[in-house]
Amino acid sequence: MKLLTHNLLSSKSLKGVKVGYPLRIVAKDVKINESKFNKEFVKKIIPKLDWQVFINAAVQIGHNNDLSDELIDDYENNDEFLKKVHHLLVEIEIINGELICPETDRVFPISDGIPNLLLNVNEVP
Amino acid sequence: MKRFQYLLWFAHEHVSFRLHEIEAIASVLKIPIKWIEPPSDKPWYLVELPSEEAVQKLSARSVTMRRAIHLWADEPTVPRLHASLKEKCLNGLLEPYKLKSFKVDVDLFCNSQTQEEKLERIESFSYMPFQGHVDLMNPDVTFQYIEYYGLDPKIVPANPTRTFFGRVVSESGRQLIHELSLKRRKFIGNTSMDPQLSLLMANLGKVSNGDLVLDPFVGSGSLLVAAAKFGGHVIGTDIDFLMLHGRTRPTRKQTRHIARKDESIEANMVQYSCVDKYIDVIVADSAIPFWRSDVEFDCILADPPYGIREPTERIGSKESLPIIKKEGSSVHFPSKIEYGLNEIIKDLMWFSSKHLKLHGRLLFWVPVFRQDYNDAQIARHSCFQLIGNCEQVLTTFTARRLLVFEKIKMPQDTDECSSAIPTSSTFREKYFTHGDENRLTRKQKKAEAAKNKEIWFAKLNNVNVK
Repeated sequence: MKLLTHNLLSSKSLKGVKVGYPLRIVAKDVKINESKFNKEFVKKIIPKLDWQVFINAAVQIGHNNDLSDELIDDYENNDEFLKKVHHLLVEIEIINGELICPETDRVFPISDGIPNLLLNVNEVP
Repeated sequence: MKRFQYLLWFAHEHVSFRLHEIEAIASVLKIPIKWIEPPSDKPWYLVELPSEEAVQKLSARSVTMRRAIHLWADEPTVPRLHASLKEKCLNGLLEPYKLKSFKVDVDLFCNSQTQEEKLERIESFSYMPFQGHVDLMNPDVTFQYIEYYGLDPKIVPANPTRTFFGRVVSESGRQLIHELSLKRRKFIGNTSMDPQLSLLMANLGKVSNGDLVLDPFVGSGSLLVAAAKFGGHVIGTDIDFLMLHGRTRPTRKQTRHIARKDESIEANMVQYSCVDKYIDVIVADSAIPFWRSDVEFDCILADPPYGIREPTERIGSKESLPIIKKEGSSVHFPSKIEYGLNEIIKDLMWFSSKHLKLHGRLLFWVPVFRQDYNDAQIARHSCFQLIGNCEQVLTTFTARRLLVFEKIKMPQDTDECSSAIPTSSTFREKYFTHGDENRLTRKQKKAEAAKNKEIWFAKLNNVNVK
């Protein structure tokens, strides 16, 4: 699971959960995959991100780098910045670990890089 | 601005998808098309396009087109075509290509030709002042000659009703169909989508570079492969844990007894060198919301389960079934209930009304029983406009339809949604019983025919004996 996906997922479908976002990450196994930088994609994806959550997630799994908590203004023309975002967003992959609901502590396992968000019948409202 | 006339020459299949595809690609690439002839079911479009580069870009993405041809002559009869070409050759049309190596391709639409007849046809252009040599493998320039005999294979006229000659500008994206062939794909499932239709969906979905594309019923990921090929960055979700982990029963007959190994959607992406476009797949039930509330995708593609070759199910329980939880396994196997097709579709449309960008496209297939189908059954939602409704016939009785929607407004509380496709359980019932009935009558007919034959033989023998 990549940090981009983490940024998009919530546990709001759990019974009694209001926001369910952001999910906490426990990363047991992290792999770095080099992937081709697509400037167009990174430019388009940044406005879709919850920036703060993205930065925090990077810190949580120990890939803290020099991106600041505040999104810079003219990122569209800043290749160096976009490349850093690209690296954190799609090159870091959590192979095994857990996503944890911030309100109920329900654990969603990540195995072979694939998060499992299935709920049991008694967990659905 | 100088514009050029081109003949877009199509493969004669998936005809109802053709116009939607060309319009969608032109819209993605921002290429203005001027129609010289209104688009029809005939296997070509006559268009005016701004440049040769535009033609190349347009055809490179199309999977219904065969090739794009710069039109030199378009006449109703063969003699007139030759007369027209002769005159144009005198006016120096051929000048830039005179010294190049070349070949001439001949296509007969709705007719056939032997190798000799083909050579004869090619020879009939010998008046053209070519000085370069013929090169069948790697020619500098290819010419295309087309004779059109109408659309009805039962009534083939003696002479073509229309003839074309021109220079091939570019080949289409159809080689991708072979590149993505399911035969050589690493990971496939029982319901993997045919590559041509997957590519068509990506085109109709207007997938373009840097888009975020979602398939909420991802299965073995065929739609994602096609979307990634056209620049989409892809995410898929599926309720089937074993499928996403590549641990279902093997699909290929030859290797039925060998468990899948290293098979996954990601492995397919690696195979087709578009793993850079692969984001993630997630095991989740699409009937339950789990995306952050304001996530927006650029395109949503789906081939929802119909209940024929895969179960339609969601999490839930009819009665108080025990919750199955294997000891020592971190994986949950929640109980699942039947999830009707119309429910799936309505959920998908509600979901898309929230999570698709404005003017983004939502595409999905629905199965129909052809006799019972009418347009009123088709899904509707006040946020969506139906752009296309293309039928792919599966059997005499059944078909599936690809519905193409565009989001035309942001969701409101007053939105409405409906879908009244005869439900999947009846579809399933009919799918199987109708086939049975048919088989039964066929069997009876066969038996009757055999009996008649016997009687006939008996009579014949009697006559002989006498």
